[in-house]
Amino acid sequence: MLGSGILNGLLVTAKNFVGSYYDPRRMVTVEYPEQKTALPENYRNFPFLISESATDPMGTLRCVACQICEKECPPQCIIIEKSKDKKPDATGKLQLYPAVFGIDTSVCMSCQICVEVCPFDAIKMDQVFEVAATDRFQDLFLSREQLAKPNSYFHQIHPTDAAEVDGRLSAERKAAEEKAKAAAAAKAAAAAAKPAGAPPPVSSPAAAVKPPGPAPSTPGAPAA
Amino acid sequence: MTIALLLIAGLMLGSATAAMAGRNLIHSALLLIASWAGVAAIYLWAGAEFVAFAQVLVYVGAISMVVLFAVLLTRQNQIADQLIAPPTRLRAAAAVTTGSCVAAVLAAAICSSSFAPGAAEPPSTTVRQIGLELMRQDGAALLIVGIILTVALLGATILAATDPKVGPGSSRAGEDVP
Amino acid sequence: MIAAGPDSFLERAPLALRDWAVQLLPVPLQWLAHHVITIVAVLAVFGLFFAFTTIAERKLLARLQNRLGPNRTGLPWIKGLRLFGLSQPFADAVKAITKEDIVPAAADKILHFLAPVIVVGFSLMTFAVLPFGRQYLPVDLDAALLYFFAAGAATELAIFMAGWSSRNKYSLLAAMRALAQLISYELPLILSVVPVVLVTSTLSTKAIVIAQGTWSFGLLPHWFIFTPWGFAGFIIFLIAALAESNRSPFDLPEAESELVAGHLTEYSGFKYALFFMAEYFGLTALSGLGVTLFLGGWQAPCAFLQFIPSYAWFMMKLIGMIVFFIWVRGTLLRLRIDQLTRLSWQFLVPLALLNLGNAAFWVLTAQWAGPLQLVRWIVSAAIIVVPFILMGRSLTAGFAPRTYRYAP
Repeated sequence: MLGSGILNGLLVTAKNFVGSYYDPRRMVTVEYPEQKTALPENYRNFPFLISESATDPMGTLRCVACQICEKECPPQCIIIEKSKDKKPDATGKLQLYPAVFGIDTSVCMSCQICVEVCPFDAIKMDQVFEVAATDRFQDLFLSREQLAKPNSYFHQIHPTDAAEVDGRLSAERKAAEEKAKAAAAAKAAAAAAKPAGAPPPVSSPAAAVKPPGPAPSTPGAPAA
Repeated sequence: MTIALLLIAGLMLGSATAAMAGRNLIHSALLLIASWAGVAAIYLWAGAEFVAFAQVLVYVGAISMVVLFAVLLTRQNQIADQLIAPPTRLRAAAAVTTGSCVAAVLAAAICSSSFAPGAAEPPSTTVRQIGLELMRQDGAALLIVGIILTVALLGATILAATDPKVGPGSSRAGEDVP
Repeated sequence: MIAAGPDSFLERAPLALRDWAVQLLPVPLQWLAHHVITIVAVLAVFGLFFAFTTIAERKLLARLQNRLGPNRTGLPWIKGLRLFGLSQPFADAVKAITKEDIVPAAADKILHFLAPVIVVGFSLMTFAVLPFGRQYLPVDLDAALLYFFAAGAATELAIFMAGWSSRNKYSLLAAMRALAQLISYELPLILSVVPVVLVTSTLSTKAIVIAQGTWSFGLLPHWFIFTPWGFAGFIIFLIAALAESNRSPFDLPEAESELVAGHLTEYSGFKYALFFMAEYFGLTALSGLGVTLFLGGWQAPCAFLQFIPSYAWFMMKLIGMIVFFIWVRGTLLRLRIDQLTRLSWQFLVPLALLNLGNAAFWVLTAQWAGPLQLVRWIVSAAIIVVPFILMGRSLTAGFAPRTYRYAP
């Protein structure tokens, strides 16, 4: 009958109206500043630097100023200056650190290439988007102090990624420790065998190819 | 009450004159519509409410649409005002002569007709009385007019139903007429 | 037949207030004061009604579309107060007034200025003959219905003036389309009202409301909507009223995807607001007319409910109709210009004419009593329902019913 479609339509919208008062599927508005939607885990905005401990962010940056991300960044928005001195990293090995690490967020296009190429898992993508500023140049250029955030924060925003990174790092550290122990044991055995006129001590191949040690922190370490 | 009549008459005649003297066609059409509204005001002043509302409904509501559509659909895309030939003495003389002849005829007609003195109060007729009078005295005329309008309306409907080329420019048909 | 209860205090309070104010003035000025107070009261009440219609529409439409409407405007001097958005219309008014008024350089200045003035003026004039309550009729005219339609006819002229004075060929084209729509729907509007005039044999709105003032068993009102011809007439009146006030689904003239804003393209600021005010006033006036003619005006639905003042009943019915119009706006899709003119000329006008014959049958068989009453009702319903179904079938022949592949 002519008009039955219209009546069905009126019924549908009436259901919408009544349902909007009690059914969350029929009221999809999130009143923004007071309520926020849950961001998906893979959401990304601008990068940030990871420090191991929250109490000494500048001293425990994972970044060693290798400048790979600076070179790979397509719009070239990362500025890095190496330090003149070296500091011990988490494994105790002396590493350079970035004296200046700046990202121009008015240029950054959130492509995540810097994260993909970093060999040290030192730079990751942040999720903060409420970054409006009143000055177009100074306020949008984030310096090292503004970029450094603790590893616990990384766990908060990207739990699976953080777990994977920490697991990998601790596994590598363990492997390195095992190798170091084995090398030390071999060295000790070789040293012990030396006075007995044994063949000259062979420098342990493990020590030569020991990979640059990432900061040894176990997951959930007291870096909070 | 004379002041009201003078005001209404002044406005009506003024707008009619401006309509005639104006260069812009659309302005003239709108001023003509204003003078029709003035006629409705005179009917109201005279106490004939029914006729006044019918005048507004028919003239200002319908015939104005016909006039405006006709003007707009036949424009040759000109926005410029109408070109009027420059005034010459011959044209002025012809205008004055024609105008005074028409005025003389009208004045003679008005002065020679005798108007019976009207009642102090205008007679108040209700719509019911008007309807009854129409149906009794002029019933045949009303029926014929009704039939003509119905035929026109049916024709418009059939045109709309069959001819796909007739667009929104078709003029009105079948309006309420007293 | 006016039952007891109409002399209650609430019913007479506004009238008593006006009379008290009038008799404070010297006698020569009293008739002027009387009418001025009436006019100011109507303007104030319907001005506020317009303001709250806009916010109600926005919130109602929002809820129909699964979202919240405006709910943050409060009062400017109290920080943090959120009145559920109720002061939004006043915020919008301030915005409209303070916006820059841009008039195109090539526009016809006088007409450009006059168009919104005329459209608001004539829309407001139509309120003079609506009976808001038992003794609340601003002007008691014998030919009230004719006055209503005459005042509404001049608004069409203003729309043409708006479109033409902008000197914009798209505005002009849209104004012609708007005019075509308005003209096409004047006919069903007036034809749907004529059966009421036929049955009550009067053009006066006051008499039409009084004619609907009886109840069967004190419970069932004798409003015209509860008769077959009245129901059909009411439906046709609703559709034509939606089209006459340029409202969805007939809002082609002012849809943004059609010729920008149509005849309103070159208007900004307060003049734009005036056009929308005129549209809402027209809608309210037409709803008021529909309430008067079909829904019993200020009559209460049951005899014992007459203690509620008559103007309250009128307002409640008016609000009900406006809510229904907003509901329809949130539901239906916009019609194209050829679809809506076809709807009017090929469907509504024949049905309205048939309804006129239906009402004539009703009047002629008023003496049938007993079981013949049932026959009367059935025949009257058949006169309008059968052609409706047949015409519906023939006009939609060849169009298969729509199937939606992806909609649930």
